[in-house]
Amino acid sequence: MRDLADSRVALFLPCYIDQLAPRVGFATLAVLRGVGVAAEFPRDQTCCGQPLANAGCAAEARPLAERMLRIFADFDYVVCPSGSCTAMVRHRFADLLGPAAAALADRTFELCEFLIEVAGVDTFSGRFPHRVGLHHGCHGLRDLHIGTCSERAEPAADPVGRLLAGIDGLELVGLRRVDECCGFGGGFSVEERGVSAMMGRDRLDDHRAAGAEVIASIDMSCLLHLEGLARREGAGVRLMHVAEILAAASAGGEG
Amino acid sequence: MSHGERADRFTADRARAAWHDAALWHVRERRDAAARSVPEWEALRDLAADIKARTLANLAGHLEAFERNATSRGAVVHWAADASAHNRIVLELLRARGATRVVKSKSMLTEECGLNPFLERHGLEIVDTDLGERIVQLRDEPPSHIVLPAIHLRKEEVGELFHAHLGTEAGLADPTLLTAAARVHLREKFLHAEAGITGVNFAIAETGGLVICTNEGNADLGTALPPLHIACMGIEKVVPSLADLAVFVRLLARSATGQPITAYTSHFHGPRPGGELHIVIVDNGRSDLLGRAEHARALACIRCGACLNTCPVYRRSGGHSYEAVIPGPIGSILAPVRDPERHRSLPYACTMCGSCTNVCPVKIDLHDQLLRLRTEIVTAGHLPGRRRASRLASLLLRSPALYAATGRVARRLGRLLPGLAKRIAAPWTSSRGLPDLPKKTFREQISSSEKDLSHR
Repeated sequence: MRDLADSRVALFLPCYIDQLAPRVGFATLAVLRGVGVAAEFPRDQTCCGQPLANAGCAAEARPLAERMLRIFADFDYVVCPSGSCTAMVRHRFADLLGPAAAALADRTFELCEFLIEVAGVDTFSGRFPHRVGLHHGCHGLRDLHIGTCSERAEPAADPVGRLLAGIDGLELVGLRRVDECCGFGGGFSVEERGVSAMMGRDRLDDHRAAGAEVIASIDMSCLLHLEGLARREGAGVRLMHVAEILAAASAGGEG
Repeated sequence: MSHGERADRFTADRARAAWHDAALWHVRERRDAAARSVPEWEALRDLAADIKARTLANLAGHLEAFERNATSRGAVVHWAADASAHNRIVLELLRARGATRVVKSKSMLTEECGLNPFLERHGLEIVDTDLGERIVQLRDEPPSHIVLPAIHLRKEEVGELFHAHLGTEAGLADPTLLTAAARVHLREKFLHAEAGITGVNFAIAETGGLVICTNEGNADLGTALPPLHIACMGIEKVVPSLADLAVFVRLLARSATGQPITAYTSHFHGPRPGGELHIVIVDNGRSDLLGRAEHARALACIRCGACLNTCPVYRRSGGHSYEAVIPGPIGSILAPVRDPERHRSLPYACTMCGSCTNVCPVKIDLHDQLLRLRTEIVTAGHLPGRRRASRLASLLLRSPALYAATGRVARRLGRLLPGLAKRIAAPWTSSRGLPDLPKKTFREQISSSEKDLSHR
């Protein structure tokens, strides 16, 4: 493991985690602490602007992207428990801000990427005795190349799988469609609600058929959508952010 | 009506939508297996993208070379600026030879130009000879997929259709028997046809030859029997050389259906002995697209349909929900580039999952283009409500205090008046339960324990 004691590390927390699932923010801090990283939380952060940019409102998203550049300017690393928000900073900010975006893009990492690539975690130990289905968020998978896409003929690094693989008792279940989109898609979830709900139910069915007790993802936005659908159907499956599983595993098992 | 509203009608029949999704997912799985069977698959995609980029950079030069070489082989080349010019040229060619019975193999270009209704209005009989195309023609509806035109129909529905039009036994739903009935019906059309129209998959500049790919051999039969062959192609169909063609032939069928090659990959170099070959080269907005730097790469499309098959939205909303000649991700670029106001909802029929970009054999940046198109549509003022909402959201999110206050009000409303919150959030709650709303946000909780969390 690398010593990051002299590095300043910031937590970039997606707005919906702040508002709707603060526990995931604390789990992220706990996991980072476990590898010797004391992350700071810059309090001026709100939202990276992805919902506005994806709605086609680039002019309205731009000032939010500019804020992000300022807020995180003094940190060596910016860590985010979301593939989607990380992809926004790393890939889409350039569309909004041009070359100025590179300074932040190069220092921003999704949590699992950060643990493996920057912090140099080799295997993550702990105990989580459950059958887990891993839901790949599309932006983490296809924009950040976290994991191998089923439609690509070339393999990619799999930091999430590697972290989960080291955990005692955790059994990853096999899905029929390993990386189909859950149908959240931000505004898509309300503008295309029939398709969105069907996509989400199909994901839930796939995980349940595989015997998953827990559906895990590095993206809470996917999970909030799936959780809403599961709740409506009264489906007995837990949805957990990967940070929550890692935190629970290090704490000794039950989360 | 937006794509979302039309899609809701499709998903309302859950069983049909599930079956449609499964049928196309199966095609995508076959594509994945075919792609993995070629070790250099990703390099092949790079090569194809590169050939397309080079070709489009000197499109006029390649088209002129094609015209020269095709002409020297005895074909006649016609140029059509738009759909109506294309249709007029075809009609005049048919009329000059007294042809009234015409067979046509698959061609998305003639769909785009509305050739069938045009010729019918002028008293000609035009019969689509691809089985799926014939099925949708008999139903008087457009194809719902560019490679699998009748993929939205079940065999029972085809049975009913053939019972009504071809006189097959009522209740017949056996695909083999239905195909046999279609074969008898089409054979008769082939034998009496006075002209055959085809699309074009590739036009080879260096040789002046055409390549047409089918699985049914219907283009071959339709051009071998009647004396007149009219081949209709968009300007983007030209490839520089035979060596380039080889790259696309390896990619096309594998991407489309997972086959190593289509059952028939036929080369037409000049007219057959005693026959005539006319090639109509159509622009119809393509050179405008070529001039749009942000979207020109869409012109590289070889119409394999892989982006449709992999698109989780297309699979669950059906081709007709796009109300465009070409549905799916590529259609959601081509249609709004041409008419952004009418097709303004299509770029939003996408979760930005990016799978389309990964399967595209010519590496069109499909989902990136869809995102840019959204911005173009909003900037052009076609979605004023969305713009206003985004302005307000942007103002709120620029102020940490306003952001926190708005969140507090919303969460309190959700906790104290869940019924009202549910009504306000109806687009979300129509199919989903509301989450358990935490009393305090992360930032509210962390303020009390900040020391522990910050090492400076």
